[in-house]
Amino acid sequence: MLNRNDIFQTLDMINKRHLDIRTITMGISLMDCADRDIEVCCQKIYDKITRCAKDLVRVGEDIEKEFGIPIVNKRISVTPIALVAAACEADSYVPIAKTLDEAARSCGVNFIGGFSALVQKGCTASDWKLIRSIPEAMAVTERVCASVNVGSTKAGINMDAVAEMGRIIKQTAEITSDRDGLGCAKLVVFANAVEDNPFMAGAFHGVGEPECVLNVGVSGPGVVYHALQSVKGQPFDVVAETIKKTAFQITRMGQIVGKEASERLGIPFGIVDLSLAPTPAVGDSVARILEEMGLETVGTHGTTAALALLNDAVKKGGVMASNHVGGLSGAFIPVSEDEGMIAAAEGGTLVLDKLEAMTCVCSVGLDMIAVPGDTSAATISAIIADEAAIGMINTKTTAVRIIPAPGKVVGDRVEMGGLLGSAPVMPVHAEASDLFVARGGRIPAPIQSLKN
Amino acid sequence: MKAIVTVVGKDQVGIIASVCNQLAQYNVNVLDISQTVMQGYFTMMMVVDVSACTVELAQLCGIMEETGKAKGLSIRVQREDIFDAMHRI
Repeated sequence: MLNRNDIFQTLDMINKRHLDIRTITMGISLMDCADRDIEVCCQKIYDKITRCAKDLVRVGEDIEKEFGIPIVNKRISVTPIALVAAACEADSYVPIAKTLDEAARSCGVNFIGGFSALVQKGCTASDWKLIRSIPEAMAVTERVCASVNVGSTKAGINMDAVAEMGRIIKQTAEITSDRDGLGCAKLVVFANAVEDNPFMAGAFHGVGEPECVLNVGVSGPGVVYHALQSVKGQPFDVVAETIKKTAFQITRMGQIVGKEASERLGIPFGIVDLSLAPTPAVGDSVARILEEMGLETVGTHGTTAALALLNDAVKKGGVMASNHVGGLSGAFIPVSEDEGMIAAAEGGTLVLDKLEAMTCVCSVGLDMIAVPGDTSAATISAIIADEAAIGMINTKTTAVRIIPAPGKVVGDRVEMGGLLGSAPVMPVHAEASDLFVARGGRIPAPIQSLKN
Repeated sequence: MKAIVTVVGKDQVGIIASVCNQLAQYNVNVLDISQTVMQGYFTMMMVVDVSACTVELAQLCGIMEETGKAKGLSIRVQREDIFDAMHRI
């Protein structure tokens, strides 16, 4: 029998601590939509997405009501378009991006991911076409998210693609300069990208995935923060144990919602991604969890250790709560989407170099970071290369989502709106990396033994 | 199927009566009630059986929420599964 404390604890988490299901994401394979004629391909894509996902939003809303837990986003991820469109005789994939946008709008989802290419070892002709379509695609669509995987532990880093992505990010910022470079907020550069990630902007439906699948992303930094307030001053063993227990409860919520949704939609349940994903709302911040561990401001000495503990404890607690855990699972540290990170970046304590160190132990990477508009493409490529190297060597996913905000300088603020929040423009090193990036070629895959 | 009804708000005459009346109207059977008043605040938790409910559960949730709003109360109806999932291994 349930006791009233348990029940009111759950209600408290939802009502006061921002506990929610961040996203239910339907992954749809578009492999069968390939066609020589791009118009036919677009039609097949539109038909398939709107057929598979027509009930997604309604089912999500029903479950929200019955369980009394908010499901903030309903989203769709698709097979990387560079694969689907490879057969098309076309120079640009922008029409496909527009089709994805229309399909997303007609299904009522706010983002659709998968305008993607996987180029960790090399680029096909189709991969290049997709990559070069990104700036325009990001400008003319509202809901489409793009991602490019430029490196992996098994393949090394494709430095030609890294160099190109620096230029693509700059172009995307310029072409969307009327919206402070918002296009870049929908573009992620990965190393070791995962195939079942439900979170945007990096979600795509990998080639090893089934026809159609439902993945769930949970959230809950506010719940963890609140739990840690009750163990002030206690040793880290207690801290880790508290986070584990909380992560277990949060993940169970994701598991039950995912199971129910997949049954109602008649598709298999994929994974729960047990990430701590912050929002700009006060009380829903990962930075404040780290500060609760005893740091005056996030970004000061000790931050990396605190984040390492948090990330690991979240995984340990969540793994037992779900029968399949996957995606990015861990703690996200997006600057613009986290009220505590924004404050620390504005105060100057949190700098890019410290963030880079933090990405060695968190679940993703340099996320939602605004840099000055005059940052060169080569510098952005070099930032991507650094991040990809961390992912490659540590056998983890890393990502870069960076906004070189046109016309903005250090001290300015970039407003993205909604869940994307607002990002203070952070300084980058002025010294050039041009010759480094211009070399091109591949950084070889790392050795997997002799670890030290 | 069981659901949990929670009612929180400023204490006043007739809260239980109106909640139970409303539930009875939709053929929802009350299995257990636990209620207390803390510092003038009324909190109640009910376990109810909604198997024979005459409306969809999602609809019932909306109706009860509206009923609560009219009296300045927060009334939530949620499937029991979610609490079980969180608090039972």
